[in-house]
Amino acid sequence: MASIEGGGDSGGHKKGPGVKKAKRMSTRVDMTPMVDLGFLLITFFIFTATMSSPTTMDLNMPKDTDKQEEETKVKQSGALTIMLGKNNNVYYYEGELEANGANFKATDFAGIRKEIIRKKKDVIAAYRGDAACEQKAREKGKDPKAECQDQDLVVVIKPMNEATYKNTVDILDEMTINAVKRFAMVKISDTERDLVNMTEGNAPASK
Amino acid sequence: MPSIKMPKKSTDTDMTPFVDIAFLILSFFIMATKFKPEEPVKVETPNSVSSDILKESNAMLITIDKDSKVYVNFSSVNDANKDKLGTIIDGVATSRGIALTDAEKQNFKGAPILGVPFASLKSYLDIPNAQQGATPQPGIPVLDSLNNELIWWIAETKKAFAGEKLLYLIKGDNTSKYPTFEAVINALRRNEEFKYNLITAQEGAPEGTELFIQRLQKSK
Repeated sequence: MASIEGGGDSGGHKKGPGVKKAKRMSTRVDMTPMVDLGFLLITFFIFTATMSSPTTMDLNMPKDTDKQEEETKVKQSGALTIMLGKNNNVYYYEGELEANGANFKATDFAGIRKEIIRKKKDVIAAYRGDAACEQKAREKGKDPKAECQDQDLVVVIKPMNEATYKNTVDILDEMTINAVKRFAMVKISDTERDLVNMTEGNAPASK
Repeated sequence: MPSIKMPKKSTDTDMTPFVDIAFLILSFFIMATKFKPEEPVKVETPNSVSSDILKESNAMLITIDKDSKVYVNFSSVNDANKDKLGTIIDGVATSRGIALTDAEKQNFKGAPILGVPFASLKSYLDIPNAQQGATPQPGIPVLDSLNNELIWWIAETKKAFAGEKLLYLIKGDNTSKYPTFEAVINALRRNEEFKYNLITAQEGAPEGTELFIQRLQKSK
């Protein structure tokens, strides 16, 4: 305990007439300024602290190729195209875009996850076995079914010019979260851009 | 009326445990704090579920700020490789036909961050390093695909670090627009570079998703 009481003055001996009574000082120290300073420093360090160190997200882009046979084939049944619009809007369609835009739907970032999960389930349900792929997986010592059942799922990401960098990172993150193995970032086509613009209530771009 | 005598209690509280805790917390924060390095360009990075910690090694950092302006810097280059910065600026000066003095080249090595078009590179490098941070910069032009100046910066950096591992870090602001990011990627692709690291802040995997289940199984 820091508070040690001084002995007090009571019950002392009678001193001689010439002896002055020594003034007893209390040994108790006022700690308040020290506490003040302590908390001041704590607040300072809390505010300047960088607790989380930055992490990195790996991004691998494919090489451009002119050769037809090197291009990745996408099965229409397993394709999900996601477009990122302005104000965090997300648009998507499955397979090929119908001429009247009937399968073109709007959602947001919370909704797109459900859609990806649903699409993945559909693809897995439609899996009928692929001998070549399963053989490859077996050679690598992996579970052939788990490796191959979602191989047809391809997510095509098409960010619009109004989409922010955060949107792009978020959708790439969504691929990691839902374990989508195959996805691509592609430039948006004019038809799709017009559709999004129409949905957002703008006139189709003249370009 | 008989008065009830209340025992007098001291209003003094013993502060010692309080002080103990305060200093314990204080020492924790002193030890846990790593000071933020001075950032000439403020960038708020998006969150991602990625848990790979950023490695401090040879890296070319491409920054995109909130106004979609592009900057480069080589802040994380090891001291042993600092002379490579000289090779980069020499290469840029030669290939773009900019006459730089030795003092200006020396200035480049200490520059905090660089976001000027080649046309004003010389005048920017005339500013002392200490004042460069406070000087507003227009950003490296990237959006014009015919005049994407970032391509040249990457090409010279790649040349200088030939045979060594070099990371391409992209640090983008939340609100920067996608076309700029695309232009940066295109500049890297033009240089036959296909692997990049996007700098993000960490967040946990959302509950119930596949990644969440995967990580749960791994930790068991």
